[in-house]
Amino acid sequence: MSAASTAANDLLLSRRTFLRVSATAAGGLLVALYLDGPVAAQEASQAPPKPQIYPPDAFVNIRPDGTIVIQVNRLEFGQGVHTALPMLLADEMDADWSQVIAELAPAADVYKDPRVGMQMVGGSGSIANSFQQYRELGAKTRAMLVAAAAAQWQVGPQQCRTEASVVHGPSGQSARYAALAAAAAKQPVPAAVQLKDPAQFRLVGQAVRRLDSRPKCDGSLKFGLDLDLPGMMTAVVAHPPVFGARVKSVDDKAARSVEGVREVFEIPLAHGTGVAIVADKFWPAKQARDRLQIDWDLSAVERADSAQLWAQYTALARTPGHVAVARGDAQALAGMASGNRVVAEYHFPYLAHSPMEPLNTTVRFDGDRAEVWAGSQFQTVDQAAIAEVLGLQPAQVTFHTAMAGGGFGRRATPDAHVQREAAAIAKRLRGTPVKLVWTREDDVQGGYYRPMHVHRIEIGIGPDSMPAAWHHVIVGQSILGGTPFAAMLVKNGVDATAVEGVADTHYTIPNFHVSVHHPTPNVPVLWWRSVGHTHTAFVMETLMDELAARAQMDPIAYRRKLLDPTATKLRAALDLMEAKSAAWRRKLPTQHAVGIACHASFDTGVACAVEVSIENKRPRIHQATVAVACGLAVNPLTIESQFQAGVAFGVSQLMAKGAITLTDGRVEQRNFDAYTPPYMIDAPVAVDVHIVPSTEPPSGCGEPPVPVIAPAVVNALAQLTGTRYRSLPLVAI
Amino acid sequence: MATYQLTINGQRREVMTDPSTPLLWVLREDLKLTGTKYGCGVSACGACTVHVAGVATRSCMVPVSMIGDRPVVTIEAIGQDPVGKVVQDAWVSHDVVQCGYCQSGQIMSAVALLKHTPNPTDQNIEESMGGNICRCGTYPRIRQAIKAAAQHLQ
Repeated sequence: MSAASTAANDLLLSRRTFLRVSATAAGGLLVALYLDGPVAAQEASQAPPKPQIYPPDAFVNIRPDGTIVIQVNRLEFGQGVHTALPMLLADEMDADWSQVIAELAPAADVYKDPRVGMQMVGGSGSIANSFQQYRELGAKTRAMLVAAAAAQWQVGPQQCRTEASVVHGPSGQSARYAALAAAAAKQPVPAAVQLKDPAQFRLVGQAVRRLDSRPKCDGSLKFGLDLDLPGMMTAVVAHPPVFGARVKSVDDKAARSVEGVREVFEIPLAHGTGVAIVADKFWPAKQARDRLQIDWDLSAVERADSAQLWAQYTALARTPGHVAVARGDAQALAGMASGNRVVAEYHFPYLAHSPMEPLNTTVRFDGDRAEVWAGSQFQTVDQAAIAEVLGLQPAQVTFHTAMAGGGFGRRATPDAHVQREAAAIAKRLRGTPVKLVWTREDDVQGGYYRPMHVHRIEIGIGPDSMPAAWHHVIVGQSILGGTPFAAMLVKNGVDATAVEGVADTHYTIPNFHVSVHHPTPNVPVLWWRSVGHTHTAFVMETLMDELAARAQMDPIAYRRKLLDPTATKLRAALDLMEAKSAAWRRKLPTQHAVGIACHASFDTGVACAVEVSIENKRPRIHQATVAVACGLAVNPLTIESQFQAGVAFGVSQLMAKGAITLTDGRVEQRNFDAYTPPYMIDAPVAVDVHIVPSTEPPSGCGEPPVPVIAPAVVNALAQLTGTRYRSLPLVAI
Repeated sequence: MATYQLTINGQRREVMTDPSTPLLWVLREDLKLTGTKYGCGVSACGACTVHVAGVATRSCMVPVSMIGDRPVVTIEAIGQDPVGKVVQDAWVSHDVVQCGYCQSGQIMSAVALLKHTPNPTDQNIEESMGGNICRCGTYPRIRQAIKAAAQHLQ
């Protein structure tokens, strides 16, 4: 992981960057930094980069009133990039933070992730991948402002200093950035700039409050679902009851009789076909959908069934699959006495993401162009998909990034199925903006789940009580198979996202064998916040606890003994967690237990200790201490929040009603009454978060909170009940 | 279709709509008060919470025809209420929000709690906030902000 990150960093730093600058009509300075083509594209084609023209106001706009508008090249959906990325830029620029405004950038090449080559949020890469980019933007903008001031005062730029959007000269001169903007725009763009030493940061590293807090507290912030355009209509779609089924016939008489309904028509879906209803407003659209009589053709579709899948997966787990890791002696286990073996089998269900803001997209198709508003994690993919449906080029589709009410991976769909639906509907209603709304029922029943998995592990324990041989079989659908990402991340039949967290474990196990089966049941699957780590961390960390207990060793000491010395981040997190939780772990109330887990994901090491009791036959999580090693903490307040809340998100896996199940092809849950995310009572009462001090480049904080909490809680429960919980969700204790 | 005279945020508003239309959609689509959110439509998540005659109410399952002359207050106007203002400020100073989509409902539930229970225990908080889902999981900070608001109001 770290080697790959370093390589990517080198590649990024070695590439030429350009600044494009122009003066605004109002006298402001507009700065755009752009790169000479995305990394991935260059690597793929080996062709020289094509010159590209980008809008001049791509990243920074200094307005005459001193306001500095910074464009954020990613979706904000809770993770805090709308504050942290502007912090990086503003710090290097020495901008007055109180005058900074952040905006979510539309889809454009200039906003593609500089490492990934597409505009996206995923893999906890927002800060890690744009850290250098946003700092350089700020430093180059500052250099041009200083050059303008120095020229005006006839002094050397090095004689000037900057602070809070003001350039100060050697003889007491000063000029506001806004006053210098027009002159700065005429300055040459520096080829290279000196970035700040971390000790010089004024904003970075400080606990800076979110820029989007107030409008999210007074109802004024407009999410995608809140969009209101003149003449806009609302659409809902009747999706097939079994994935891939097609409409055989429709009786829409009753539906059309609902006042406010404008159109009812069949549309193609990513899986099968459906019936779209377009109405003046949401309520008549939904009422009309309830009145549709649809005869579905189920003949050609496989009807996935959870009970059958468990049986199939469990059988598969007893056979070796595609080999992900084969280290040491494959026969080591066979030679070990049965008394020294542990065999464990785990079951993980399908999980829905269920972001609070239901999925939605608004499209207006005008024949030769289109305009889109969507809270998208994949602007590049979604823009292209809409263009394809409408027979346009992506550049003809203006794509506005809307603030999104959560996502957790659900708004990053390689097949852009929601956007394709919206485009298909808008195509029919040329000239009319149409907002497609997925109801909560559509969301819960609509697929794109975290895949269900079975793990089977056979462990041989050595004379030192440490695992000497480890055979691990994972069964679960490939998330990436059949997508454009397969070429990169599916190798030798192994989807890397299915084995991450096991195959790359930091525990040193000499004879280690990991293989995977990827069955292909008819259920669409997708990455769910922390992806493979959702299940692999649970398996590894509950087994570590079990092995520690068997060895009669302290669970922290056992892990430390087994962790690779080079796993510096994970070891640092474990040490810090141990120190910070020591006081409360020593004086637990009766019938309370401590659970431990640690796990590295997305290049970030996390360790946690939780205090758990049993109330009303459910785990009650009284407190959690979490330590995180994520390199430089750009905004420690955001990191604290991400970890406090992210562990609550991770509790989803333990909820009694925390599973999506299918019977005869039909999803059994419809809404939050049957598929239930954690409520306040289910979440830890308090979470104290501690960050390992570091000046190393930052790594991800969006997904790494999630994997540790579920194993930590069941490790505590095991002490209270004597049961090792290996099937999720936790239906009964 | 029928016409209804509603009192929304202290103003008389007239809407013409189907009697079965939930208050939520009247607020959002007829009155353009989009701060009140649609999350589930079955009173299971609390994103649509408003105050009807001072009572925290899930607007997604209350037909507009049932409102009558009871005054409705939404997130857009709760800042004009002294308790509402303190709660909103506590939310901001504690940096509670993440995606923020559920927070209108969380704040409306918290204001209702503090109006009836000025000094809530953890148990009071868990009971009153018990029906509001935050998918991001900001619960620990919601709890802190409510306690800080309560202290401020003492």
